[in-house]
Amino acid sequence: MALLKDVAKVCKSKNAGPFELTVDVVFEDAETFQRVKATGVLCAALFARLYNVPEEHVLFTPYDAAFAFKATFPRLVPAGDFGDTDVYGCQQHAPLLDVEIPETTR
Amino acid sequence: MSREIRLLSTSAILGYGFPEASLQAGLDRRPDVIGVDGGSVDPGPHYLGSGKPFCSPIAIRRDLRLMLNAAVRAGIPMVIGTCGGAGAAPHLDLVAGMAREIAREDGLHFKMALIEAEQDKASLKRRVAAGRVKPLVRQPVLADATIDASTRVVAMMGPEPFVSALDNGAQVVLAGRASDPASWVAAATRAGLPPAPAWYAGKMLECGATPSIPKGHDCLFVTVRDDHVECEPTNPARRCTPLSIANHSLHENSSPIHHIEPGGMLDTSDCRFEAVSDRAVRISGMRWVKAERYTVKLEGVALAGYRSVCVCGTRDPLLIGRLDDFISSVRGEVASKAAAFGASPDSYQLGIRVYGRDGVMAAREPLRDAVPHELGFVLEVVSQVSQEMASAVLGMARTNMLHTDFPGRLCREGNMAFPFSPSDIEVGPVYRFSVYHVAELDDPVEPFPIHYEAL
Repeated sequence: MALLKDVAKVCKSKNAGPFELTVDVVFEDAETFQRVKATGVLCAALFARLYNVPEEHVLFTPYDAAFAFKATFPRLVPAGDFGDTDVYGCQQHAPLLDVEIPETTR
Repeated sequence: MSREIRLLSTSAILGYGFPEASLQAGLDRRPDVIGVDGGSVDPGPHYLGSGKPFCSPIAIRRDLRLMLNAAVRAGIPMVIGTCGGAGAAPHLDLVAGMAREIAREDGLHFKMALIEAEQDKASLKRRVAAGRVKPLVRQPVLADATIDASTRVVAMMGPEPFVSALDNGAQVVLAGRASDPASWVAAATRAGLPPAPAWYAGKMLECGATPSIPKGHDCLFVTVRDDHVECEPTNPARRCTPLSIANHSLHENSSPIHHIEPGGMLDTSDCRFEAVSDRAVRISGMRWVKAERYTVKLEGVALAGYRSVCVCGTRDPLLIGRLDDFISSVRGEVASKAAAFGASPDSYQLGIRVYGRDGVMAAREPLRDAVPHELGFVLEVVSQVSQEMASAVLGMARTNMLHTDFPGRLCREGNMAFPFSPSDIEVGPVYRFSVYHVAELDDPVEPFPIHYEAL
């Protein structure tokens, strides 16, 4: 068992336009990426649970060529609206860091 | 030898700065075009609404002076999209004015094109009436009332207006709101290169050296050829790696593989990232899928009110232990006292942001119940009436954060730490995004008038 922050090379969040937040996780190499992908832990349902959004609002895309996963979902409020806490959306990645990635048999 | 174009981007945004040595190292590699992105929607609705620049005029002028001198001396075009941060009329005017001043002061001569992106309300309504405006990401259909209520609306141009300006002999092209890669795509497609590597190159160049490590605001040199793109930072302290490029390819887009742009979609599903040295990366395998209809994004903002804010903090565990009750008492006091001087509860919003608890993630904070030893607060009031009223309500909130009583309180003086005197800050008008739509165009240049001048 490892935590995502110990396995990933990049874990970040950012706006994708003023109404959506996008979270990226990138791995060093194909082997690590495929191992994590095989666990199935990173998926739309995980982001729905961590960020309290309906799963159907999560666009989850593995990007094999870049050894990366991307999840995009609505912001809590549009960027800059009353109550927004993070105009750039770049401090919303922390809940992912401690996600447990189980060992897989190879 | 196959066709190629060599492009030098100086930074992520005009005014972010770059080392002069990096610019010189880029010029030594004989670029065909030099440029930089001028802005972004990312800093929020304020800049489009207020007409003010996102970077300071002092910082913009410093970068612009170095770039204009470099371009004129090398005899190459210089292109800047989304001038002044938001790319509306006042932003373009600001940067154009600086270019004129620098040309005069430094004895530079060139033909300059200014490409407008701000949209007048009547033409927007005509586009809506013709059924050619569609909402993006769960936005409502664009109503005339929304257009009327909006302070400013810009359209985000594609490469075509840049192509037109460069074809007409402009050496310096300053544009309003543009898709970040658009100016670079224009340069590459004019050189006869296909759209797929041109758009990919633009996506790398729009952020300067951001696709390198260590990350920083610096220059990026990109060579575009028929079937690939090569990226290398000009500062020897930085390098591009397959990972740093792959990471940047995910930047600010909802999908990592489908990038919707004016006129088509860049498909990066099958890209390959190969190191060609320890500092340069070659990317190949990108595809361009032409859209059935040519569309540009519309961005607009409307006035939401006037904001005043105040920063304070507590180190009192007795207060921290009953914070929710305390805040609700403060809110009650503010509501009645503000109503007493004429601020009706529906005319303002009071925010009490709690840093150290959920100030960054709000309702998405998983550790909200952790007990901290100190907490920071940002009090804010947005009044729909006036700045004066926002400050009046905020003053009442500040006083009540300081003095409102609670059971078990031992500190019988004011019970809140204020770092500043004065404690309250008038922020000014507040805007919110009101238009986030796409407009279909028959002619990609038509909404973007181009003006030429000889300097």
